[in-house]
Amino acid sequence: MTESGQDGTAWRGRPPAVLVVLAAIGLGIFVLPFLGLLARTPWGELASLLTGPLVVEALRLSLISSLAATAIALVVGVPLAWVLARVAFPGRALVRGLVVLPLVLPPVVGGAALLFALGRRGLIGGPVYDATGLLLPFSIWGVILASTFVAMPFLVITVEAALRNLDARYEAAAATLGAGRWTIMRRVTLPMIAPSLAAGLVLTWARALGEFGATITFAGNLEGRTQTLPLAVFVALESDRDTAVALSLLMVAVSLTVLIVLRDRWLRAL
Amino acid sequence: MSRPRVATGVTILFLVSGCGTGASSTAPSEPPASLPSSDAAESVAPSLEGELLVFAAASLTDALAEVESAFEDANPGVDVELNLAGSSALREQILEGAPADVFMSANASNMDQVIEAEEATESAIFVTNLLQIAVPAGNPGGVTGLDDFADDALLIGLCAEEVPCGDFGRQALENAGVTPAIDTNEPDVRALLTKIAEDELDAGIVYVTDVLAQDFADDVEGIDIPPDDNVLAEYPISALSNAPNPDAAAAFVAFVLSSEGQAILNEYGFGSP
Repeated sequence: MTESGQDGTAWRGRPPAVLVVLAAIGLGIFVLPFLGLLARTPWGELASLLTGPLVVEALRLSLISSLAATAIALVVGVPLAWVLARVAFPGRALVRGLVVLPLVLPPVVGGAALLFALGRRGLIGGPVYDATGLLLPFSIWGVILASTFVAMPFLVITVEAALRNLDARYEAAAATLGAGRWTIMRRVTLPMIAPSLAAGLVLTWARALGEFGATITFAGNLEGRTQTLPLAVFVALESDRDTAVALSLLMVAVSLTVLIVLRDRWLRAL
Repeated sequence: MSRPRVATGVTILFLVSGCGTGASSTAPSEPPASLPSSDAAESVAPSLEGELLVFAAASLTDALAEVESAFEDANPGVDVELNLAGSSALREQILEGAPADVFMSANASNMDQVIEAEEATESAIFVTNLLQIAVPAGNPGGVTGLDDFADDALLIGLCAEEVPCGDFGRQALENAGVTPAIDTNEPDVRALLTKIAEDELDAGIVYVTDVLAQDFADDVEGIDIPPDDNVLAEYPISALSNAPNPDAAAAFVAFVLSSEGQAILNEYGFGSP
């Protein structure tokens, strides 16, 4: 109550029973699958299952690729958000749509599209491969690219929204006081959108960590090279269910911890 | 004959549980045995109706489309739905309680696990298949045989170890004494073949029938694996014990094993057991 009371939206009095029941059903849709997972968890062997070579390799690849995807998103996604928020150009609505597309597209479609564009015989991948022998599919670079494709929209839309909601008078005031454009960006704009930027980065990282469909379609599945945690779960589900459940639990725990811990600090924007 | 149409929910439930075991026990070895023939005696089995959910190995994709329409022509009341995936994924779905009527696996072990879990009682081999090396049209990697699978410079794909084509493919490589330099383990044979057809991989091991498949005929070439190294895949079929539509399940199994069903499957390159 106090938390929501801060922005004056707290409901005074008893909440309507119908809403509470519907809300409980809504919550159940989220919570029930996790209960199923917990019920299947082989608690006794959890430690040994999670230290197997398959798990350690997959965890390593997942951490590398999700962090790399987040870093790429930071370097190119923030400028993209800035352009979308601050520069009026024809077709901006279309570009915005394109940026959000990976959020709603089935990731396997994204993976196929990446393959057709950047594969060995792809639109761009073909000439590049013929000229340099450089190959993205079936490598960690393919995993990183697939993760970036699927996850970066979270950063772009969060930062763009923050930039658009920013009161331009602060920047104008800084300019009248003689600050240059870089100083304004560094000392005024970035600090003011920092919470949104952090939120966007966390969401991007979490999404990249969970990426499956685009990865297996574009980058393939090979232990130690492209098999990230979600792919390891997928493979283990058909051969070694205990490991699959342990891996799933690990992913839930990592994601949930990060989201809960960071929510109070930075994710107010959400 | 009109019995199922007027049956109440309770009687349908009773029929399902009552016929379930009977239907699947007729599935094995002697195809047109008790159930279908007694149905036929009741005037050409017009009582079959409803949806029939068939879980089938991905390598059966093309052939089953034609089996499906032939079966539906013979039984207009039945709507066959195909769920095509790697046999191990299908097995997991069945063991987790998917409402499947018929399971068609590409190897024995997945079927055995379904039987062990008492989701089916017995199975019958309905087709056989052989392995072949698949390369993109024109064979850009210059692949000549299984030996090339050890070449690090080539992009090599196999099916994942968990699916039958991955298991058999590894057996064939072992028979040939080759340690493959694998670049990707694909979740099922069609996923592997798609990457070969797109020329993203230089070679993979698939079934003879996949290379013949219409979708891939223009983009994929087959290279025979010598008989000594090759592995004969035997596909078992079973009507499932908890089939929601046990009568249609039994009839479908009988149809697949019948000379008409076998003729269709042979057209697509499958061998008869």
